[in-house]
Order: sequence, then structure tokens, then C-alpha cells
Amino acid sequence: MIRLENIVKVYTVGKKEVPVLRGITLNIEAGEHVAIMGPSGSGKTTLLNIIGCLDRPTSGKYYFEGKEVSSLNSIELARIRGKKIGFIFQTFNLLPRLTALRNVELGTMYAGIVDRKCAVEALAKVGLAERADHRPVELSGGEQQRVAIARAVAKNPVLLLADEPTGQLDSRTGEEVISLLTSLHAERRMTLIIVTHDANIAHHCRRIIYLKDGMIVGEERI
Amino acid sequence: MRHWRTMFSTLWTSLTTHKLRSFLTMLGIIIGVASVITLMSIGRGTTAQILSHIESMGANLIIIRPGAGFGPGGIRGAGGSVQSLTVEDATAIAQQIPYISAVAPSFSTNLQLVVGNRNTNAQIIGTTPEYASVNNLKLAEGAFFSQEEYRRAAKVAVLGSDVAETLFGELSPVGQKVRMGNMIVAIIGVLESKGGGFNSPDEAAIIPLTTLQQSVSLTRTAQGERVVSSIYLTVSDEKHTDYVVEQITNLLRSRHRLSASAENDFNVMSMKEIASALEETSGTLTLLLGAIAAISLLVGGIGVMNIMLVSVLERTREIGIRKALGARERDIWIQFLAEAASLTFTGGILGVLFGVAISTLLERMGIVNTLVTPDIVILAVSVSIVIGLFFGSYPAWSASRLDPIQALRSE
Repeated sequence: MIRLENIVKVYTVGKKEVPVLRGITLNIEAGEHVAIMGPSGSGKTTLLNIIGCLDRPTSGKYYFEGKEVSSLNSIELARIRGKKIGFIFQTFNLLPRLTALRNVELGTMYAGIVDRKCAVEALAKVGLAERADHRPVELSGGEQQRVAIARAVAKNPVLLLADEPTGQLDSRTGEEVISLLTSLHAERRMTLIIVTHDANIAHHCRRIIYLKDGMIVGEERI
Repeated sequence: MRHWRTMFSTLWTSLTTHKLRSFLTMLGIIIGVASVITLMSIGRGTTAQILSHIESMGANLIIIRPGAGFGPGGIRGAGGSVQSLTVEDATAIAQQIPYISAVAPSFSTNLQLVVGNRNTNAQIIGTTPEYASVNNLKLAEGAFFSQEEYRRAAKVAVLGSDVAETLFGELSPVGQKVRMGNMIVAIIGVLESKGGGFNSPDEAAIIPLTTLQQSVSLTRTAQGERVVSSIYLTVSDEKHTDYVVEQITNLLRSRHRLSASAENDFNVMSMKEIASALEETSGTLTLLLGAIAAISLLVGGIGVMNIMLVSVLERTREIGIRKALGARERDIWIQFLAEAASLTFTGGILGVLFGVAISTLLERMGIVNTLVTPDIVILAVSVSIVIGLFFGSYPAWSASRLDPIQALRSE
């Protein structure tokens, strides 16, 4: 489903060029449960952004569901993000002025689904049906991340991307969030990629890819 | 299409989150629209007043005054400085030109009017009995002088409403005697007020021309004709006005023996022309007033742009999140543009309400005549929407162009 061929990403800071990814070649099949591990600055998030069609590689080819996407324009990339990909962020990234339910609805809005039911169901799925009318500030960190997960899965994406989903949570709520993601993956058979530097979390996955200095330095299947 | 309900609730949330800020932004537009409406309604009201005044003077009226016209490069003598019109001109016009219903030559001067211990200096108009019908004058009481009184130079006078009030107050002047210069005249009628303005008889006393000649000797021309200040006449049908004006011009030129290259020594003005000239002038005035008010609308628009730019900056992260969720550039663009447009649209509607209220108040308080017409309202509201779209488009565009990665990283 995901095929990366020699992906290179270079950021230009002032006049200096900073290579972040230096030739990543990687295949991920549909329904896989993958962790990407590596120290900070290893390019994990950049890789995830490219896989999530938020960012374009400087060079190399990226095939998503067989389609070459690195050359698509921003409208087509937005359509893929809206319909196919769910994002979960370390900092939750909920809109502070909207209620939990409205936040989840936002995830379906850009997928073109005109149905509040999806949002309500997704919120129930993460166990926050009674919290629907609460704003993010009225929720705990774990609850906020569960709302964010509901937002990501409400449109039933084929690919779920989580960038350090437990980074802001204590270990117990972190565990809960990971087991929620794992059970959603098992139930819906969507492809799940988690970026983390926590080995415990990585070991919930079936495949671990190790990244260092913008290159894949190892891989492990469990 | 997209999720309309969600879009509207997003819009509502954005506008109500910073209520004071939204209101202040709208205030600029409210003031702008209200002043456009108020000033333009004053312009329209004034125009309507002028036109109704002209209507009251009679649309069929033609006025001939001495003096040259506005020739190219020519020097125009002030009205009355040339003594070219005569009673005989008026007679010739009445006899030789078709489609004329009545002609009234008139000579005006100023004389002291005295009744007991009250006195006033009034304009004295010496004319023929046709003057009343030609100028559409109505009598509040009594009667205008007759042909018979004109022929025998009867010492009678008809007073304008202001003159009557000055001399007699609440008492009825009809039947009373007034000393006018060196003669005593009997008041036989009082005119209804025309409310002042151009050619209004309110401050005048009207007597037969024949009577005036006995008191003030009229200047005579080289041909021995009696000079008058102006000639008033009416055409039987408004549609012949242009023809009659042309005929009068030709007749007077030949009577005054003007060579082909000489300018007219008189001025023929039809009410139709005067009305259209005045209407044009006040139309320009209305536009000018509207344009001045539009400046404040423009300033309001700049305020909208300012706030929208701040809003985009504040919500950079939100834009990043929306983009990550699949929002296209167009979705973001529409979202911010809709915010700007609904601010100015709401401001426009409130501005219309305020503007209409102010105009009505001005009219009620008798300060100035106002007239709010639908076109002013439509203009003001559509301009306010256009301003929202215009000044909102740059902030919306800059929001839509944000890079999602950088937007997500911002605090």
C-alpha cells in the first residue's frame, strides 16, 4: 500500500541546506501495524508527514495505493488526506473553541461525509459519548487524545498515522491510548503507523523500523 | 457540497468567540453605511423638494429676462443690467407666437409699504392680470385684480403672505388701505404661501402695471417702448416648449434688431430646462455626499482587513490542523472570506437601520428634508458586501497559502 523509493528530504534553513531524510526505501502492506523508532532529529516526523501527504519529498518516489503522489498538486494531496488518512498528534491538536463532538465532526467534514452519526459513533467508540459537549480544556490529556483518535477514525480512513501519541501522557494513560489504537487496528484492519521513541510502545506493533540520521538502520518483525 | 451546517456553525463560533472585536470591526462598516444612507437621503430629499417647488411654479412656465446668455467666451451682463425687454415685446409674443396660453410682462421695484405704525420694504411687482395664472398663484383670501382694474389703473394691490403678516399680523388685510411709495392702494387679496425659494411671491406686493407706471415712470427704449424686468408666459402644452422658446428667440432678435453675429440681449428659460439643470446639480451633490460617506466605508473596510489578518495569525495552528484533516486551500479561503463578508454584511444591515433611523429623525425634527429610496439601501448593502469580499480576500488568501507543516508547528 505504501511504497517509498529513495526518498530524500532537504530543508533549506537560511542559505544552508539541511538533509533530514537521505534515501528512504520502504514498503508497508495494507493492514500492517508498524512502529517507526529513532532518536530525536532522526527524521521520524518528517517521514510520517511525507507518508501522510502533508509534505512532499525533495526527491524520490512515493506510491500510495499504487499511485505516485510525490508529484500531485496540493488539492489532490488534500483530497487524499481528507478521505484516506487519519492523523493523531503528540499535542492532540484539538480546536480549543469547539466541543469534543464538533472536533470529531471536523474530521468527517473535509472527507465530505455529511453525517453527524459517524462522529457520535466514533466518540462512543473511544468511550467518551458522555463528554461530547465538553471543550478540550475541560478534558484530561488522555481524554483529549481519545477525542483526537475519534476525529481521526470517524471517516474510516485506510491509513492511521500517530506521531508520538503518548508523548504528553503519563505511562498509564499512554498504555490506554496505545491499547485503544491497537484494538481499533484489529477491528477495522486499517494500516497503523506509530512514530515513537518508547520501546514499550513500539513492542505493541508487529514491525519496528529503526531510523537514524535520516536513514533506515534496522528493522524488526515481532 | 461540503458540510454546510458545520461550516455555518464554524463561522458562528469564530464570530462569537471575540464578540467585542467582531462588533468593533462591524462598527466601522455600520458607521460607513449609515453615513452613506443619511447623506444620500439628504441629497435625494433636497432634490425632491426643489422639484416639487418647481412643480408648484408650473411646469409650462417660460421666463424671459434681459441680459446675455452664456455664450462661449462672452461676458454676461448681470440680469437686469440690460434694459431690453418691453411691454411691447410681450404684446408681440402674445399676438404672433402659437401655443401660448398667457403672457404677463412684469416690472419690479422696491417701495416702502406703510400701515399705521408698521412698515416694510417690499418688492413691488407691476404686471397684468395674467400673472396669477401664469405663475400658478393661489389666493388665500380676496381676489387678484381684473382686466377692468388693470385698464383703469385702479389703486389696488395683492399681498404676498409674508408681507401681509408683517403689516397686518393676524388681522385680515382685505379692504384695508396701505401707503405704497407716494400713493394709497387698497388691498384686494392675499396670496397663499409658496414657502420661499426661487421666484416666490411671499415677500412681494403685486399691483397692475398701469398703476405702477403712475408712481414710478418706466424707462423707455430708443423706440419709445416701456421697459419691464421680465416677461412670464405659459405654453398651452409642455411638449411645445422647445418650439416656443425658439420662436420667442427669433421674434425678440428681430424686434431688438440684433445682427446675426450678435448675442441675445435676453434670456429665455423654460421651467423644464431649469428643472433639469437643478436636478442635475443636486444629483451631482447627492453623489458627492455619497462619495464622502463612502470614504468612511473604505476606512471600515481597512479595519476589517486588519482584524482578519490578526485572526489569521492567531489561528495559524487551526489552519494547519484543518489542512491535516484534508481541508483544501479553497476550503480555508472560503472559511475566512465568509467570515469577513458576514461581518460586513451584518454591519451593512445594521448600518441601513441606523441610517434610516437618522434620516427619519432629521426629517421629523425639521432640520432637513430626507428621502430614503430603495436604490440607496441596495447600493449601501451591496457595497458593504463587496468591501468584505475585497478586504477579506487578501487575509483569506494568505491563510489558504499557509504551509500545513509550519502551521502545525506554530504556537
